[in-house]
Amino acid sequence: MSDVDEPTVEKSAEQSAPEDPLLQSLRDKFGEAVLATHSFRGDRTAVLDRGSLVDACSFLRDDPVNAFDMLVDVTAVDYLGRKPRFEVVYHLLSIQKNHRLRLKVPLEEDDAKVASVVPVWSGANWLEREAWDLYGIQFDGHPDLKRIYLYEEFEGHPLRKDYPKEKRQPLIGPGAPVGANADSGESRS
Amino acid sequence: MAEQEQKTAEESTDRLDIPFEPLEMKLGPSHPATHGTVRMNLRLDGETVLSAEVEVGYLHRGFEKECESGLYYQAFPYTDRLNYVSPMINNVGYALACEKLFDVEVPERCQYLRVIASEASRIADHLTCMGACALELGAFTAFLYAVEARESAWDILDTMCGARVTCNYVRIGGVSNDIGPEFAALAREKMAEVARLHTDFEDLLLANPIFRDRMEGTGVLPKEELIALGVTGPLLRAAGVPLDLRRTDPYLVYDRVDFDVPVGESGDNMDRFLVRCEEVRQSARMVEQCLGELPGGPVDLDDPRVRLPAKAQVFSRMEQLISQFKLVTEGPRPPVGEVYQAVEGGNGELGFYLVSDGSGKPYKCRARSPSFSNTQAMSPMVEGGMLADVIPTFDMVNMIGGECDR
Repeated sequence: MSDVDEPTVEKSAEQSAPEDPLLQSLRDKFGEAVLATHSFRGDRTAVLDRGSLVDACSFLRDDPVNAFDMLVDVTAVDYLGRKPRFEVVYHLLSIQKNHRLRLKVPLEEDDAKVASVVPVWSGANWLEREAWDLYGIQFDGHPDLKRIYLYEEFEGHPLRKDYPKEKRQPLIGPGAPVGANADSGESRS
Repeated sequence: MAEQEQKTAEESTDRLDIPFEPLEMKLGPSHPATHGTVRMNLRLDGETVLSAEVEVGYLHRGFEKECESGLYYQAFPYTDRLNYVSPMINNVGYALACEKLFDVEVPERCQYLRVIASEASRIADHLTCMGACALELGAFTAFLYAVEARESAWDILDTMCGARVTCNYVRIGGVSNDIGPEFAALAREKMAEVARLHTDFEDLLLANPIFRDRMEGTGVLPKEELIALGVTGPLLRAAGVPLDLRRTDPYLVYDRVDFDVPVGESGDNMDRFLVRCEEVRQSARMVEQCLGELPGGPVDLDDPRVRLPAKAQVFSRMEQLISQFKLVTEGPRPPVGEVYQAVEGGNGELGFYLVSDGSGKPYKCRARSPSFSNTQAMSPMVEGGMLADVIPTFDMVNMIGGECDR
């Protein structure tokens, strides 16, 4: 990570992490694959190398001390102009132990791919489809990676920071206007 | 040998060995129960659902994009429309996430008011869900009882925030206004109405064999699968998992109020219904306790970094005038960092993930909505069941379009 510009957000938030046993267990198990850990406002966070994500998730789910049985959320953050550009963010919850953890996986813009965690938590299915649809993050091994909100012909990924808020794309289907222009900017009601 | 032949012949007659193809049927999006956006692609063998692919559609709210292009406090109108039947809970969740980012805590009176608003919202939410379910199973009278009870709950919210449909009450560091002196009496009167109508509603349905037949044993999914799918709220509690963030991870003053977390056993639609019924009572209990223990004092945080100063001070003091000007034009500026704060919404865990780059706008504003994960569990819930059970199951999932959207 020495040649990588960390996002400003990350730098400031990354305060001196107290020796949290949960984060420590992750460090002990995965060593250098854990790129950073920090705790901000009581939220534990571990930044992982993407290669170790699935193993780490399996460990976190199956290890009786961690016991993260529920994947609460998957989303992405687009740090446009920084390297690496994307972060995929996973929020985990252990119902048994009543504790939480945030995992983050940084991804480069030209290689925004990460392994799917559907084999670990089936609930990742729709969440990963959503991250693909709105951010363009590819999840290798996902059983059915297709758009979930937008139609297949939609171009681009609207929650990326470089996708204009006012941009309009043509309606499709039998009721669509003929000769609709993708970049016309006209709103159609 | 003869017996075997006879048996084979019987099996053959039962199955009628003629080739068949599953019937493909699209349920929604214009079905009255599917909210205008949701479509279920069903494959049927007779009336048995072989497979169900759920497509949630898109309402084009642009929640995240809009929130990221505005100041922190400008996101509130988007949050209270996430779930239009329990708007205050969404307001509270977002405000708590912002306050966690700022590392501030609101005054005690404000916390009690937020609990009252949240629980009145939850009552409205559950009554809407249960009433709509009754309606879609043909129990129109019961629906009217639920809606009338909901109106009483809405009266409380209306008195608090001044609006009936576009409820918006909570602010970063406080609430929009304090309650009047007549509020406690009005709230008690309305809660009594809710309790009376809710009891009648329950009596109408729970003694009805048709309703019970339609609900019992349908839409069942074991708790292990629900947990793996990220299902929370009454759906999970009905399967026997007592996960309730008000108890397991208390916020506001939930650790001071006394309430029970109802759980079911079988995790079928009936248990989901019964859990919601009981939660209405528990919420009413919490409202009553908060009204009784409501402390005095301010309802806003006296911190010019996050909350607008009192108008009297703005008009008489330069610092407060400047503070108001900066808050309105630049917005409150939290420190750099990221937080996730979850509250117990009407349908489960409603969480907000905020990333701050130190400016007045959230760099990232994400709503983890319970409806999205809960709707994902629809397919395994209905597969193997009957076509007619899809609707009550979908009712009990209680998907809210705005919440499921992005």
